[in-house]
Amino acid sequence: MKADERHTQQVSSTSTTAPSNAGSMLALRGFAWLLALQTIGELLVRQFELTVPGPVLGMLFLLVALRWRAVQTAVSSCAEFLLTHLSLLFVPVGVGVMTHLGIFDTYGWRIALVLVLSTWAGLSVTALVLRWLQKTK
Amino acid sequence: MLDFVELWVYLTTGPLFGLTSTVIVYVLAQAIYSQLNHAPWANPVLWSVLFIASILLLTGIQYPVYFAGAQFIHVLLGPAVVALAWPLWQRRAALKNAWRELLFAALAGGAAAIASAFILGKLLGLPMTVLLSMVPKSVTAPVAMGVAQQIGGIPALAAVFAVLTGLIGAISAKYIFDFFGIKTDPLGWSQRGFALGTAAHGIGAARALQVNADAGAYAALALAVQVLLASILIPIGVQILR
Repeated sequence: MKADERHTQQVSSTSTTAPSNAGSMLALRGFAWLLALQTIGELLVRQFELTVPGPVLGMLFLLVALRWRAVQTAVSSCAEFLLTHLSLLFVPVGVGVMTHLGIFDTYGWRIALVLVLSTWAGLSVTALVLRWLQKTK
Repeated sequence: MLDFVELWVYLTTGPLFGLTSTVIVYVLAQAIYSQLNHAPWANPVLWSVLFIASILLLTGIQYPVYFAGAQFIHVLLGPAVVALAWPLWQRRAALKNAWRELLFAALAGGAAAIASAFILGKLLGLPMTVLLSMVPKSVTAPVAMGVAQQIGGIPALAAVFAVLTGLIGAISAKYIFDFFGIKTDPLGWSQRGFALGTAAHGIGAARALQVNADAGAYAALALAVQVLLASILIPIGVQILR
């Protein structure tokens, strides 16, 4: 019985390929939006010698553009895919650490100590300040 | 035997090797991480990096050869930063309600990370270029590189510090939060996530996203806020201090 249901579900989902096609088309359109806004950001940064990085400007532009439903539907699936796999994107830079191991020969434990302690400081101060502010509200 | 050598040379000189190894190693590391219930020490970025770096060291493949393929993953960091507008937009109602608290926490946390790194580094006698490269370490690597360049640090070094900071945060955050008694209710998750995104950028946010959806959304928000604050305030701050 259950197998039958699943079968009919499968059939119905394969027979209506149009929506899923539209979905992947939308994701590509969303990717085009992300790239276009980043490019505009990069060009403005270069042209006016701004201190803000191009992708950050792109993010601000997208925040404005998301008022339009067409942009929302296009960007949502693409953005969710990119952000779900965000940590993958750090692997190439991470492997690049191996080319700078020289700096750790001279300052190794000192750099490690500074990085660890300052990260802990950032983590605890943010969480504690936020908790305190939420309590007093 | 000769065929094998030929195939090997083909694989390790073209861009396919870097791209394929990055994706496959990461997918495997991610699967193991899920198997281990997202144990902090099993962080997929950490193990992917260690594994790929070991392959390169053992086979003598140079990093630029690897990066020729891996860059296709790397360039996606730009659109991913732009995409951060999406979780911000989704939470705009909650944001309008709590933007003062969140902004203040982001400023306090970001300043604490920068000041502690700078002062401690100075006490330990680190050179100025290293210190300046450490200043933007709480923001995501591509932004950290840009900021470091502007304030007189070394971009490549800034990327290294940013990645290491992200890994340290992702691996140790749970123990720090538990130590300070940050709860695991919705409000507690928002604090944990927001702190991870503030102090450990994308790698921290990815960790938060895997542990709890609320924490993930607040981490993405914190990451975006920190990127904005850092790229505007750090260059101004350094200029004033000079």
